[in-house]
Amino acid sequence: MPLIDSGKLVDDAWVRLGDDDALPAADVPVIVSLARFHKDRASLVGRNGGLGIFLASSQHPKDIADHLADFALVALDFPKFRDGRGFTIARELREHLGYRGIIRAVGHTLPDQYLALVRCGVTQVEIPEGRDPALWAHALAEISTAYQVSVAGPLSMARLARHKKTEHAA
Amino acid sequence: MARVTDAPKVVTANRLQDGAVVWLTAAGDWSIRVADAQVQTDASSAEAALGIARASAARQEVVEPYAVDVVVEATGPRPLKTREWIRAAGPSIDAIPTAA
Amino acid sequence: MSPTAAARQIDPPANGLSSHAGIYHYDQVDRDFLKERVEQFRRQVARRLAGELTEDEFKPLRLMNGLYLQLHAYMLRIAVPYGILTSRQVRQFGRIARQYDKGFGHFTTRQNLQFNWIKLVDVPAILDLLAEVDMHAIQTSGNCIRNVTSDQFAGVASDEVVDPRHYAEVLRQWSTLHPEFSFLPRKFKIAITGSSADRAAICIHDVGLIAKRGADGTVGFEVYVGGGLGRTPFIAKKLRDFLPEDELIAYLEAVLRVYNAYGRRDNIYKARIKILVHELGIDAFRDEVEAEFARMPVAQYRLEPAILDGIRTRFASQPYEALEPISGILARARLEDQAFNRWVRTNVAVHRQPGYAIATITLKPAGGIPGDVSADQMDVIADLADRYSFGEIRVTHEQNLVLAHVRQDDLPALWKALADIGFGEANSGLITDIIACPGLDYCALANARSIPLAQRISERFADLDRQHDIGELKIKISGCINACGHHHVGHIGILGVDKKGVEAYQLTLGGSAAEAGAIGDILGPALSADETLDAIDAVVGVYLDQRQDGERFLDTLARIGHTPFKDKVYAAH
Ligand code: HEM
Ligand code: SF4
Repeated sequence: MPLIDSGKLVDDAWVRLGDDDALPAADVPVIVSLARFHKDRASLVGRNGGLGIFLASSQHPKDIADHLADFALVALDFPKFRDGRGFTIARELREHLGYRGIIRAVGHTLPDQYLALVRCGVTQVEIPEGRDPALWAHALAEISTAYQVSVAGPLSMARLARHKKTEHAA
Repeated sequence: MARVTDAPKVVTANRLQDGAVVWLTAAGDWSIRVADAQVQTDASSAEAALGIARASAARQEVVEPYAVDVVVEATGPRPLKTREWIRAAGPSIDAIPTAA
Repeated sequence: MSPTAAARQIDPPANGLSSHAGIYHYDQVDRDFLKERVEQFRRQVARRLAGELTEDEFKPLRLMNGLYLQLHAYMLRIAVPYGILTSRQVRQFGRIARQYDKGFGHFTTRQNLQFNWIKLVDVPAILDLLAEVDMHAIQTSGNCIRNVTSDQFAGVASDEVVDPRHYAEVLRQWSTLHPEFSFLPRKFKIAITGSSADRAAICIHDVGLIAKRGADGTVGFEVYVGGGLGRTPFIAKKLRDFLPEDELIAYLEAVLRVYNAYGRRDNIYKARIKILVHELGIDAFRDEVEAEFARMPVAQYRLEPAILDGIRTRFASQPYEALEPISGILARARLEDQAFNRWVRTNVAVHRQPGYAIATITLKPAGGIPGDVSADQMDVIADLADRYSFGEIRVTHEQNLVLAHVRQDDLPALWKALADIGFGEANSGLITDIIACPGLDYCALANARSIPLAQRISERFADLDRQHDIGELKIKISGCINACGHHHVGHIGILGVDKKGVEAYQLTLGGSAAEAGAIGDILGPALSADETLDAIDAVVGVYLDQRQDGERFLDTLARIGHTPFKDKVYAAH
């Protein structure tokens, strides 16, 4: 599926590995389920190509908290775009667990959610085939005001903080 | 909702652009008058009419088409359920508040 | 303008804001944001019309902008932040009503305004008109943090401890397009009050906040969670006794994170936070919230006093005059005119400022549609607000309006002007001050009609002598179990049900949305509309027969129980 990073279409080197698929060459980066990770941890960790973990929306970041250093990428599933758990999971990975790798949204999301995803700490989004990537690029610039704190922006009260200056320009 | 009944049916939807209630006619287009609706008396013609309606929805003309049970009267089909005759006839109340 | 009004032309406040009282004034950031948001929605509409968005994908986007598809047309729900409007905004509603609707609007139990006859293609233009007056329809629907509601007497009530408006404004800004909480399991409603008397129905909200003062005078919040009506009604439970002011945002974030992570998504009827709180138990829920709160980098979320100060300065002042506490003009008018006196008794409340009063405009004329206001009436109300109440108008959750800063001397003239447009009825809190949802006349989810029933009850009890004799009695009607008409908390609640394809109504008695809150008990089998009217007569009859001195309906009901009412209502069956 096409992949968007920072509003642009990028190549996707990562391979989603099924639980029974054979491991590809060591320099191919792979994304595995939590079950596969626990089963094959020894052969997965330390691959040159990098290791990614797939988290279902019902799985919890604390399930991977102890192993975060092993993952260059965390893929968060959005089974449908209305399932907003991934927003909280992404933010938790960044804010509480200090995760600095790639967070990728996979499954069904809308361009209209892209900005919010980014503000919650998501770096990449898989988009459906045949959709115009320009919509995602545009979505990043659509709303320039953020009233709240976010892990992607300045860690303050965000735009609420402007009131501290008490400007009167109405 | 989708209970299968033997009653004759008409197909209805709301128009995408303005939300107006519309009824599928024999010509395969939409009318805002229930009297213009084509009455389907058997399951296969009702299903065919729904197919036409869904194709119309896919062309962004209407939203969420479905079939409605009716009785056929001299003036034309009248929906059986209260909800549907209110859709056909408009609100049962004076839509404009009484200003003194 | 009356001579007195001319004499007290209000000077614009020194900070350059317009003179509407009690209203937060947008700054450039708010305006720029709104412009961008309107453009975003304009493009979403264009994408839908062009087929780039399916209805399934468009629906949550339009709902995030308050746009429903109802039975006959689209309905646009406009946010009235914590229920406070300027006269300019009300005039703009009138303009929209004329230009894009059938000449009227409908005030709702969530202090918002709905237009029932909107075309999708017109919505971007309507949003432009709203943005001109700093208004929008954001978050009036959808599974996000909804428009915050509050006490309609905020800032003027004599029993107020803390003015909740500034905190409500903080919540408005904080919740606007919140990146993390726009796709929650279900909608999320916050209400806030700062008075001991709860006029904001705190107990039936997802989160209810009561602002109060600690022993040292600092502000904090009593936090309630998990209230709600609908299919499974719950009265909210206490989460925190005293949340310090500066932790307000951090704590709410923690509550919402727990909800977003653990709230049920498998069943729409079990998705509200009330079910999560119920299934976990309030103590376990609290533990989760406190654990999340303890992990948060709280400093980043701190609501600093300087932020609140800044927001306070964007509220225009209320330029009260120094007046005698007792108005001779008012006293004389009450003696001379019984009808006026009656209106003062029901529709006027005590103001904290000497010589002023709070006037409720009940949008419930005899036989009228609860909450409906025509464009012409809007214009008149806006003029009256300019003349008598610093240009400010409030919406109540009982679908009424309030002019919150009226000089007692001006009450007789105000009442006459209201009576001229059909809104002079002395029935606030009485049996004809009915809450009714749109029901089957408009709503796609309804089982039965609500409005015509409300109209018939209103006609049946139109006699004001009788209404005043009956006293406080709140009837609330919903057309289905979603409970938009708050029937669970009506003293007499009426729920529309579908009895084998026929509209029928189920009665509940003893609900209340005041302080402690109570869910009413079902009286018996559902009735037809005609039978419902008679049943209400019967219930009122039992109350009048049995009441002892000074007892309100709820008091008598509590003393004698349901049985006498049930026996009377179902005697004929
Ligand atoms: C006409 C279109 C409307 C639709 C489709 C609609 C839909 C709904 C639904 C589905 C619920 C239940 C949500 C849940 O419990 O998860 C609900 C609740 C509610 N609605 Fe509406 N509603 C409409 C109009 C209104 C109006 C006009 C009002 C105000 C007069 C209103 C006020 C409320 C309130 C106060 C609740 C709260 C119940 C609660 O918090 O549990 N709604 N609505
Ligand atoms: S209570 Fe039911 S009928 Fe009434 S507005 Fe809400 S969803 Fe519609």
